[in-house]
Amino acid sequence: MTVRVYVPRETTAASVGAEAVALEIARVAKRRGDIVRLVRNGSWGASWLEPMVEVEFDDQRIAYGNVDVEDVDSLFDAGFLAGGEHQKRLGPTAEIPYLRNQDRWTFFRCGLAESLSLEDFRSRGGFAGIEAAFAAGSDEVVDRVTESGLRGRGGAGFPTGIKWRTVAKTEASQKYVACNADEGDSGTFSDRMLMEGDPFGLIEGMLIAGFAVGASKGYIYLRSEYPMTQRILDKAIAMARDAGWLGNNIRESGFDFEIDVHLGAGSYVCGEETAMLESLEGKRGIVRSKPPLPAISGLFGAPTVVNNVVTLASVANILRLGPDRYAGLGVGRSLGTLAFQLSGNVKRGGLVEKAFGLTLRQLIDDFGGGTATGRPVAAVQVGGPLGAYLSEAQLDTPLDYEAFADIGALIGHGGIVVFDDSVDMAEQAQFAMEFCAIESCGKCTPCRIGSQRGSELISKIRSGENGADHEALLLELCDTMEHASLCAMGGMTPYPVRSALQHFPQHFRPRAEGKT
Amino acid sequence: MSPQDREIAVAIIRSFDARPEMLIQLLHGFVDKFGFVSNDAVRLIADELNVSRADVHGVVSYYHDFRTEIPGRHVVKICQAEACQAMGSRKLTEHAEQRLGVELHQDSEAISLEPVYCLGNCACAPAVMIDGKTWGRVTSDRFDALIASEMDA
Ligand SMILES: Cc1cc2nc3c(=O)[nH]c(=O)nc-3n(C[C@H](O)[C@H](O)[C@H](O)COP(=O)(O)O)c2cc1C
Ligand code: SF4
Ligand code: FES
Repeated sequence: MTVRVYVPRETTAASVGAEAVALEIARVAKRRGDIVRLVRNGSWGASWLEPMVEVEFDDQRIAYGNVDVEDVDSLFDAGFLAGGEHQKRLGPTAEIPYLRNQDRWTFFRCGLAESLSLEDFRSRGGFAGIEAAFAAGSDEVVDRVTESGLRGRGGAGFPTGIKWRTVAKTEASQKYVACNADEGDSGTFSDRMLMEGDPFGLIEGMLIAGFAVGASKGYIYLRSEYPMTQRILDKAIAMARDAGWLGNNIRESGFDFEIDVHLGAGSYVCGEETAMLESLEGKRGIVRSKPPLPAISGLFGAPTVVNNVVTLASVANILRLGPDRYAGLGVGRSLGTLAFQLSGNVKRGGLVEKAFGLTLRQLIDDFGGGTATGRPVAAVQVGGPLGAYLSEAQLDTPLDYEAFADIGALIGHGGIVVFDDSVDMAEQAQFAMEFCAIESCGKCTPCRIGSQRGSELISKIRSGENGADHEALLLELCDTMEHASLCAMGGMTPYPVRSALQHFPQHFRPRAEGKT
Repeated sequence: MSPQDREIAVAIIRSFDARPEMLIQLLHGFVDKFGFVSNDAVRLIADELNVSRADVHGVVSYYHDFRTEIPGRHVVKICQAEACQAMGSRKLTEHAEQRLGVELHQDSEAISLEPVYCLGNCACAPAVMIDGKTWGRVTSDRFDALIASEMDA
């Protein structure tokens, strides 16, 4: 009997040795004459357990965590093909608390399915969403997405249904779907995990978006830092095309749709939607003034849906299972789930998909297990490099867009970066300004020049030069940047800076004065 | 640019149908093939796409990925973003500079050491990329081991 052995083909798993483990399993199995089918799935998202290997028999999957190449021989000796006992054995995958306690909705196939198998995809609900869309008709699709309450997962949280309605209603001979896979925020990797673990899920989401608004062409703007993702996407798109899920008259629906992958080139601001459109047109990624909205005049001047990877992938399941199911999760105006990403100084980093409403503390303690170093949590940055640093006292804030806005913070793309008490928050504040200076598109002065001045000011404060005066200047500069910048790059860089200053004033005094 | 390289370069441009909107994509092709975008390359691309040299140069200089100088034989990128900072990327960078004998942003014949802002490997920080491959949980010792094994390859 062939035993199925799962080893993720995924960037994080590979970064800690999964490729070598896969090779070794194949080699040892062959030597021993065991018949093994190596299945390359995505990661379940328990990154701290990678490389995580699973064996499947009798309809259950047994997981082994942190498997090294050196473990492979002993795993075979321990009879792991039949779920044998071994010090790396974690038990049934479905019972790992980190996974069991999630609300897997958008990521439900991620880890479970073989990433590049259309058959596996189909057998787990794949393409049921686009079939439901074809049956319902475009107008009804937009209605259902609106009813689900889904808001954009790329950062700004704009209602997806409303955006689609605008594009659908705008008359044009050519429209586009532009999937934002730039994922530039530090501490985020959910787009990548989805594209690597469930690439057909993204393709399906883009098909639905295209069908709903009347677009025949889609682009995936993928950051160049994700070469493995690119290979997987290219393969998936070719497979979907071969099977008639892309191209003309898809599945006799009369609907035509094609997808191209375009690479970014290492620019953070190209994740901003209008800069991304410029970049997709082959130009410098300079932010455009709005109006016009991309929904009215976007890529090459045509009406364009710009959505994040996770937004698009969520839609497929909303169509398959119904908007009410989705809207039944979450709190207030933050409906459904978000794939939170725990990283930095945390014991159990990874992806945690949960309904909105739990607190940061629950995520960091219950899922994350506290810091990796075992020291106290001092600061947590949520929402990427433009997100505020939260203090320990703010960790009971529920994760919901409005509750975060109320404390001057943002959830953004769901990245949660934990720092222990060895952090120097003045250094972090200075980095926020430096990063803005490096990545500014240069269109507005407060962002381009202000960020450089900001970095200099913080440097002076840190060395104790007229601390109070320079601090007042810094706050003034933050106000100018916030109010006079065209986009959130310059407009929100003040958030991490001001929050660091507010919660950790002692860090902004020269070392001699005693920093904790 | 040697005639041979020129032929390869023209082939790269034409593989994108010489469409101006494919400029960034074809520049990636140049970096993959030659490691950098030379002045000659800028001139050739401008001619082939029928756009101004300033336009091509503008794009090349805007994006971090497009270097204009010959890189070292190996390109090592160390993530400098927040999740990696929280796990000691600043120390790791110092270690790498010492171990490799080049500073961040600098090139030797053997190595170019570059910053990168997030590799999406934040849950296994700190992260580095060596010749296009991403590695995680990179302690100083692991860095040395990776350098030894990857640079042989
Ligand atoms: C500086 C900056 C960087 C951004 N980076 C990203 C990104 O990497 N990925 C993303 O999906 N959205 C990013 N956004 C948000 C996009 O502008 C846009 O709101 C989003 O792609 C829309 O899709 P959604 O409605 O599905 O979230 C960024 C915004 C700014 C201002
Ligand atoms: S705020 Fe900065 S990044 Fe945004 S448009 Fe202005 S200069 Fe460009
Ligand atoms: S912050 Fe370093 S990999 Fe994301």
